[in-house]
Amino acid sequence: MASLELEYSLAPTEPMEPFSTGRPTKRRIRGGRGLVLVIAALYFIIPFYAAMQFSLQDIQGHFSLQPLSQILTAPGFVSALWLSTQLAVATMMITLVLMVPTVIYVHLRMPRFRRVMEVVTMLPIVIPPIVLIVGVLQASPLWLKNSQYLLALAYVVLAMPFVYRSLDAGLGALDLKTLVEASRSLGSGWFSTILRVLVPNLRSALLSASVLTLALVFGEFTMASLDNWTTLPVWIALAPTNNPRINTLVAMIFLLATCLLLMGLVSLDRSKSRHSRRS
Amino acid sequence: MSDLATETAHSPASEGGEVGHGSRHPGALGRSLRTSAPVLPFITYVALGLGVPTLVIVNYAFRSNAGRLTTENISTILRGGQYLTGFENSLKLALVTSIVPGVLGTLLAYAIATSKHELFKRLVAAASGVLANFGGVNLAFMFIASFGPAGVAIKWLAAAGINPWDHGFNIYKLWGVGFVYVYFQIPLMVLVITPAFHGLRESWREAAENLGASSWRYWRHVGLPVLMPSVLGSMFLLFGSGFAAYATAEALTTGTIALTPIQIGAILQGNVLAGEANIAYALGLAMIVILLGSIGAYGLLQRRSSRWLR
Repeated sequence: MASLELEYSLAPTEPMEPFSTGRPTKRRIRGGRGLVLVIAALYFIIPFYAAMQFSLQDIQGHFSLQPLSQILTAPGFVSALWLSTQLAVATMMITLVLMVPTVIYVHLRMPRFRRVMEVVTMLPIVIPPIVLIVGVLQASPLWLKNSQYLLALAYVVLAMPFVYRSLDAGLGALDLKTLVEASRSLGSGWFSTILRVLVPNLRSALLSASVLTLALVFGEFTMASLDNWTTLPVWIALAPTNNPRINTLVAMIFLLATCLLLMGLVSLDRSKSRHSRRS
Repeated sequence: MSDLATETAHSPASEGGEVGHGSRHPGALGRSLRTSAPVLPFITYVALGLGVPTLVIVNYAFRSNAGRLTTENISTILRGGQYLTGFENSLKLALVTSIVPGVLGTLLAYAIATSKHELFKRLVAAASGVLANFGGVNLAFMFIASFGPAGVAIKWLAAAGINPWDHGFNIYKLWGVGFVYVYFQIPLMVLVITPAFHGLRESWREAAENLGASSWRYWRHVGLPVLMPSVLGSMFLLFGSGFAAYATAEALTTGTIALTPIQIGAILQGNVLAGEANIAYALGLAMIVILLGSIGAYGLLQRRSSRWLR
């Protein structure tokens, strides 16, 4: 904290908070905060920018968009992309069907079980993917072992920690009991209550959970490589292309796409300020 | 992970219809079974997807290749040699990449949490969620392209007269890998520590200032003591994340570095001395034990800090 403290005293004059008691209690770190944020932004942008510049070059080392057009024709890329897409869709569907009704039910009827859920959904962090996949491969029957969807089943487990927390926070922000009672007393069954009342209210939580699941599936290398499936990350790491720029470019495009997707969702969604949950 | 460690005490959910724990009335068991039936699919899934594989690992960790019960796998690891070195490196790496990004992430989270722009905060939270999960191959390729021996950022630095590669920097060695890990560890720290800053109430600072405390004394006696359990707890989480990471180091060094996850991967892909195959399971078990410890510490500290964070 020491460096922040320093910045504090350097920037003594700051506009007061609206609810200030009259004293300039917020002699805040506009200067210090700006410095920290700029350094952090540089730290996160420089490697990305450098990698982009590295991949968007022609043979002479000049900027060129030509590598973009080579992606689609790179050997194995399309099938890897297709495999990852299938896995992503399967993972998202299983995750949502498994987690959404469970978390809603636990919030409504078994509040004590939330403690258990919290601990259980932390466990995938404790079992590293490299260890988990070994056990999964040993334990699964042959027909499942030969299927690409074994990976999707395992990814559901990996996605649990953030999917659960996202849903839990989303449900915590709703007046769940009132919503459900209103819907039930108007005559809808459980199925349509979940689908037509709760899911629309949970939109932002569901969307961010889905995007993070997507990012997980499109980035997961450990399990896929040990299960011998050439998903996109495995292709990026091991593809026998004679042009490493293409692989780097694909990696960067996916980082950029997930980031923009999630940030877009977040900024579009104005319905629920996070502040409303606190205080 | 976008909402990892959000406050847990907040519970507007209905309190009705709880499972009757310990109830001895006839029919209570049936009713409690019926109440908990809807969570059975989830429990079954976790048992099959997480429980069974873990049991398999524990089982194989204590078996010889011929299938007899043995502690030979464990003692081979403890006897020293490459596997112990692997653990030593992994622990060192995890320790450093939890403390340094932990401190930096806390500073960054504070700078973000004190911002008044709600949209900015939410954008940063979204970006942190993506970056914290951005380990692995993509990250490794990004750093090879930017900070590798022929990387673009290295060329910039070399043009400025300081080429880190001439001063002992090597992205393919242990601390080079650590340098890369920081890129996903800082956003992870920001994600998990941010809720703690919301627990620092403005009234505490006002009270301290009315009593004549300087900014330094406020932090020394109020701010830091309240934050400390959260900071330490989050660092344990980072420790676990750094300790378990495989893909980044594997893609970066193509498996030439002695880290426990890399060694497990190498054994599984068949690069192993005859008769040592089950050591992979013993290594896995050891990792699980260490990670259980660090996540347990995270949980305990998190509970302690929730006293202040409502």
